[in-house]
Formats: sequence, C-alpha cells, structure tokens
Amino acid sequence: MRSLIDIADLSVEEIDGLIATAEDIIADPDKYAEKCKRKKLATLFYEPSTRTRLSFESAMIELGGSVIGFSEAQSSSAAKGESVADTARVISCFADIIAMRHPMEGAPLVAAMNASIPVINAGDGGHNHPTQTLTDLLTIKREKGRLDHMTVGCCGDLKFGRTVHSLLGAMSRYEDVDFVLISPEELRVPEHVRTDILKAGNVKYRETESLLEAMPQLDILYMTRVQRERFISEADYVRLKDTYILTPDKLRDAKPDLAILHPLPRVNEISVAIDRDPRACYFKQVLNGKYIRMALIMKLLEVE
Amino acid sequence: MVIGTIVDGIVIDHIPAGRGMELYRYLKLDKLDCEVALIKNAPSGKRGKKDILKINELIDLNFDLLGYIDPHITVNIIRDGKRVEKRHPELPEEIHGVIKCRNPRCITSIEQEIEHIFKLTDREKRIYRCVYCDTRAK
Repeated sequence: MRSLIDIADLSVEEIDGLIATAEDIIADPDKYAEKCKRKKLATLFYEPSTRTRLSFESAMIELGGSVIGFSEAQSSSAAKGESVADTARVISCFADIIAMRHPMEGAPLVAAMNASIPVINAGDGGHNHPTQTLTDLLTIKREKGRLDHMTVGCCGDLKFGRTVHSLLGAMSRYEDVDFVLISPEELRVPEHVRTDILKAGNVKYRETESLLEAMPQLDILYMTRVQRERFISEADYVRLKDTYILTPDKLRDAKPDLAILHPLPRVNEISVAIDRDPRACYFKQVLNGKYIRMALIMKLLEVE
Repeated sequence: MVIGTIVDGIVIDHIPAGRGMELYRYLKLDKLDCEVALIKNAPSGKRGKKDILKINELIDLNFDLLGYIDPHITVNIIRDGKRVEKRHPELPEEIHGVIKCRNPRCITSIEQEIEHIFKLTDREKRIYRCVYCDTRAK
C-alpha cells in the first residue's frame, strides 16, 4: 500500500508511467470507465479548494468509482476535535483511497502513517501539492512531446510559490533542463530550494528580474501570482506588481511554440487577452489534472 | 575546582562548548537523584573549549540524541572507578521525540500527540528537517 505525499516519493520512471497512463486515458477514455467500479474515494478537504476537489471527484467518477467526503473542516469531525490520525483510521473503514487537503503542513503524512488505505496529498498549506506538479508535467509533456532538453522560465512569486518549488524538483531530474528564475529580488527562491534542489542536483539556472529579457529563450513559461500580502513594503508591491503581468506585448519576442502555464486561480497576472493565444495552456492544464489524477488513483489502488 | 570521582557512572566528554546544558535538558538529567556535574568551558586540546557531563549512575543513554548534538562526543562508561568502555555516537538517520518542530504551520503544532520526527537530509552539513513540514531543526 502506497501513498503520495511529496512528488519526490515518485521515481522518474514512475512519473513517466503515470504520464503514459494519462495519455492513454485521453486517447481511449472508455477503456477506463469501469476500472474503479465499486471503489470509493474519500475527499477530506479541511479547507475549501473547489477546483482540486472537483478534479479528484471527476477523476474517480470517470473511473467508474464513487466519492464520499467533506469540503471544509466545519462539516467534519475535526470541528469536534478529532485528530487527523483518528480520522484517517475511521475513513479507512469506509473508503478505498483518500485525497486530503489540509491547511497544516504535514497533515496528509500523518494521515498516511495511520490509514490502512492509500493517501494522496491534495495540498498541505504552503508545503506540497504533488498532483499539481504531476498536472504540470503532463501538460509540458503533451505540449512539447518531452520533459527533457528545454528551458523553463518560472515567473512571479518564487519565494512562497510551492508549485514552483515542486516543479523545479521534478523537472531537474530530467536531462538538460535549464531554468530561468524571473522574480523581484524580494521573491527569489528561498535558500533551502537553492541548496537542496538547485545546487544539490547541479541544476543549470540563472536569476533575472526581467521577464522581457528572459522571454526569447523560453520553451515553457510558468507564471505565478505576485501577492500583495507577501510584501513588507506597500511601496515595493506597487513598484513591482505590474512587472510580472503577462500581456500580449511581452510575448513579442517569445518562441512561437512557447507553452504558458499557470497553476490557477489567476487574478491579474495573465491578461485575459492572452487566453486566445494558442500558446496559453493553463485551461488545458486543468483538464490534464483530471487525467493524471485518474492515472494516480489507478496506480495507488493497483488497478490494472 | 574539584568534582567528585565517579565510581559507577558515565562521563560524556567533548560536548561542544555551550551545549552541555542543552544536552542536560534533553537527557532529562534533572530527574536523576544521583550526583550530576556539568562542567562548562573546560580546556580542550582539539577545540579550545568543551563541556563535560559527569553522571554518577549507569543510565541508559539515547545515543541518537548524542549523535545529533555532535558525533564527536565521547561516552566513557565507568565501573569501579575505572573506564571500561569508550563509545562515540553516530549521526542518526532519524531522531524521534526529542527536538521539537518550531514551524507554527506544521501539523505537530496543533496536534500534541504526534511524535516529532526529524530526518537527516545533509550528512556533510548535519542538517535535519522535520518529516512533516521539512522545516530545518535549529
């Protein structure tokens, strides 16, 4: 019995296998329509995340399974003070697999240590969100046909953006992937990411404050939101906020086959005018999220 | 300064200077009824200064904890006034239930019964991180 708590729990071969399964599901969804018949997914969402929850639930329904769960802590036994460990033990009696979202870091690991069924981390605070990373990888694979030999630009809040940290960790395991880290000084990748991922993996990367300057080299542009609350100084926020808004004029020197990704929700960091650009992949990303979750649920339930 | 001779007990030597009291607390030596001496800033040939703990009783020691503090610590087992064994702890792969995660966003901060576990993530730099939230041990 296995769980997925951190993207690093999966080997490159396993990630490639999940991507291959997801692509097969996309090609022939009917083949998978009853793979999880009579199986139940419990979505234990201690904080609201409608998009992630519905993605998991759609994934299970499309596999022929069913879904139980709660979408906020107030409607769960957590409101009565039950521990995550006890909830995991109890839910193990009802369901076959758990997808857990929790505001506290490490809660899904506690669940996995106590459950007798697989647990998928559907986001634990600002810590891990491995199915988002799998979604990103599937999208890159489908757009570029590969996950190696490319230049990936990550733009925006690289300090607090967990999706970026996980993507750096996952992509750095593929051959000849260079990173351009585009952010204001205040929001550069934190030291632990620099030492544990970039330096430890001998990853080729450079840092810049200019999206325009980086643009011509990029095969992938991964946008994130620069959030007001991250800045100590309001003046710094005002000075920097528009620098990282992607508008059609900023794409002038971009490659014609650039793929623009964003973990969503978007606020204003990608202009809606970009949505019509064929290089915008962020809504395809959402769809890919459902397929990769289908592949993951099957893998963890050991359904062939 | 005169510290009484140990007959049956333990001398924990080569503790990094300044960390003797921390080790005293971790090992819960305040709970013992026997004589316990903490010597701070004793002269050390290798490091200039060191701390030493003398415990006048043969107690079970948590070697993982000693290794976490410093694998260069020396544990001398004394019987009948003579050193009968000298051991060095090893850097443990994991350390359970001793150091606490200080990250207020970690699940351990709200669920008191969860055992605090840290894993070694960088042997060279001796960096430990919380298994739940990856926060570095201070």
